[in-house]
Amino acid sequence: MFGRLKHMFIKEFLQLLRDPRMRMITFAGPVIQMTVFAFALTTDVMNINTAVLDFDHTKSSREFVEYFTSSGYFEVTEYADSQSDIADILDYSRARLVINLPSGFEDDLLSGRTAKAQVLVDGTDSNTASIVFGYANRIVADYSRAKMVEFENASGSAGMVGAEGAPFEIVTRSWFNPNLESKYYFVPGLIAVMILVISMVMTSVAIVREKEIGTIEQVMVTPITRTEFILGKTVPFAIVGYIVMTLMLIVAMLVFGIRVNGSIVLLYLLTGIYLFGNLGLALLISVTARTQQQAVLTAFLVMMPCVLLSGFLFPVHNMPEIIQYAAFLNPMRWYLDILRGVIIKGVGAGDILCAIVAQTVLACSFVMLAVSRFRKTMA
Amino acid sequence: MDAIRTEGLTRRFKDLTAVNRLTVNVKRGEIFGLVGPDGAGKTTTMRMLSAILTPTDGSGWVMGYDIRTECAAVKDRIAYMSQQFGLYTDLTVMENIEFYADLYGVAKKGRRERIDELLNFSYMHPFKRRLAGNLSGGMKQKLQLMCALIHTPEVMLLDEPTNGVDPVSRRDFWRILYRLLSEGVTIFVSTAYLDEAERCNRIGLMHEGELIAQGTPSEVKKLMRGRIIAITSPEARRIAYLLKSELEAVSICIFGDSVHVVTDSPEKTSVSAGKIISESGLSADSIRSIDATLEDVFVSMLGEKRASAGAEDEN
Repeated sequence: MFGRLKHMFIKEFLQLLRDPRMRMITFAGPVIQMTVFAFALTTDVMNINTAVLDFDHTKSSREFVEYFTSSGYFEVTEYADSQSDIADILDYSRARLVINLPSGFEDDLLSGRTAKAQVLVDGTDSNTASIVFGYANRIVADYSRAKMVEFENASGSAGMVGAEGAPFEIVTRSWFNPNLESKYYFVPGLIAVMILVISMVMTSVAIVREKEIGTIEQVMVTPITRTEFILGKTVPFAIVGYIVMTLMLIVAMLVFGIRVNGSIVLLYLLTGIYLFGNLGLALLISVTARTQQQAVLTAFLVMMPCVLLSGFLFPVHNMPEIIQYAAFLNPMRWYLDILRGVIIKGVGAGDILCAIVAQTVLACSFVMLAVSRFRKTMA
Repeated sequence: MDAIRTEGLTRRFKDLTAVNRLTVNVKRGEIFGLVGPDGAGKTTTMRMLSAILTPTDGSGWVMGYDIRTECAAVKDRIAYMSQQFGLYTDLTVMENIEFYADLYGVAKKGRRERIDELLNFSYMHPFKRRLAGNLSGGMKQKLQLMCALIHTPEVMLLDEPTNGVDPVSRRDFWRILYRLLSEGVTIFVSTAYLDEAERCNRIGLMHEGELIAQGTPSEVKKLMRGRIIAITSPEARRIAYLLKSELEAVSICIFGDSVHVVTDSPEKTSVSAGKIISESGLSADSIRSIDATLEDVFVSMLGEKRASAGAEDEN
């Protein structure tokens, strides 16, 4: 049994590695893509173009603007002269944020009245807008706290700030990713996506290709069993998946400084289950498709929801309830929990037990379905 | 014991009965030809005998092993060559042979000799490093035959092995088959070429899933009703057209530059045919009685089949 299986593997690898182009696509492709995407896909908002409309022209108003620029997020690119300029600036996207300071800003501030300032955010891209808005809020809060301290010191009523101005202070600290850098979020996700693409596309054509060229008939008359044939057509791709993952982990470490915080053994073990599930799904496609074209197209149609409903880009818990249930059937959804858990948080198997169990159940069902379908088509 | 024996072997695909109650026996060491037009059920029969397709009904044995229940034993003893080229075009000749040797579990010891022997008698030695996809049609078939022969099978099932192969390569291929036969291998070959059928020890004529005749080629020829009159003429086509409307005969068909008329009374028919031809101003180079070829037999038998099917429909 193992003898024949071994020779199926040798044959698959011979075919796979013969073509230099195929070698490039298989191994270099995913690694290059992961690197490029990890740089390109970022939710970090930096260098926000900012326009200033300052009617006050005082030390305080300039100081207020300075609070924005010194944060590192905002860059003043334009000074407007009138209210009508503002509409233009936002219409033509010359700036994403406009700071509008009416005259009397400093007077109000010094006399202890509430000073008014307006901050306009371009809301076209809602995600970015809310991030920009968050930065602006924090800066304004910092500014007003500083001003309040100054004002109270001047009026000789020290100690009032703690009681009135800011009765308590919230210090936020995000664990596992202190600077909220999106690479910690995207790199594991990209690894999952690349493994999915490689294993799905390659395996989905595996059996249908032999059917289409007619080689399957010649192989099935040999003493090889169906199980051996199926394993022979899948295990090589699991090995390819592992190699690709290893390459990506190395790049993640060298280029992005992302280390596996948890157990590497656990990561490889659980990746095996993920690969197994993908291969099962791909086999199901391969045994039911009649042509390679059909198989590849189906694989792509299956991959789209797998990626989008996995929490790779959009958190699953924000999705409508029914979609959240549907996502239970998505192996990548669980694998992302595992990857982020083991790589970023460094958790052990116990903490991601739910994902492991779900992943295993899915993988086994896909493979069993594929094997039973294969029996039917060959009968 | 027969090498191959079937009883009422039947395979249905939904509404279509591809093979209908086929009963045939092939003796050890003989070459049996399954002859029939495309769609007659030859490939389905082959696939059932190779134990890769389960029969809907009936049973079959290869070297005494049941094709339904003893698939593994059957597969160990047969070689099957599919009609479509079934090898890996992106592997070399040697890689393909080695792969099949591995799948069949051919022992490493003696394997080299076996491969050399196969390469030698098929004259494929110079091409062993070539990718299978770059071989000519005839060489592809020889390679497929080598892969099928690697485990020294007792029975060979060849599905139209020379389909689309040039005449020289076909002759070469048959030379290899005769050599195997002399080594005691039983060969079950399907073909749509009737000249190839003449080379077989025994043949079976298959039509629409049924075996309509079987025996040695000469036995099968005797099954034909009547005698054949061949009229050779450059105007064969017009003569056939003319005779079809004016002459009483079992069947009239064109074979190249001659018209074959099947009749129960050869003397009378040849006289009246000559008369009809000369009266219409056409000329014939010769009109003579000939021995039936398998092609004649086949055409006339299929004609009878169709006629009786038509008669049944009318009733």
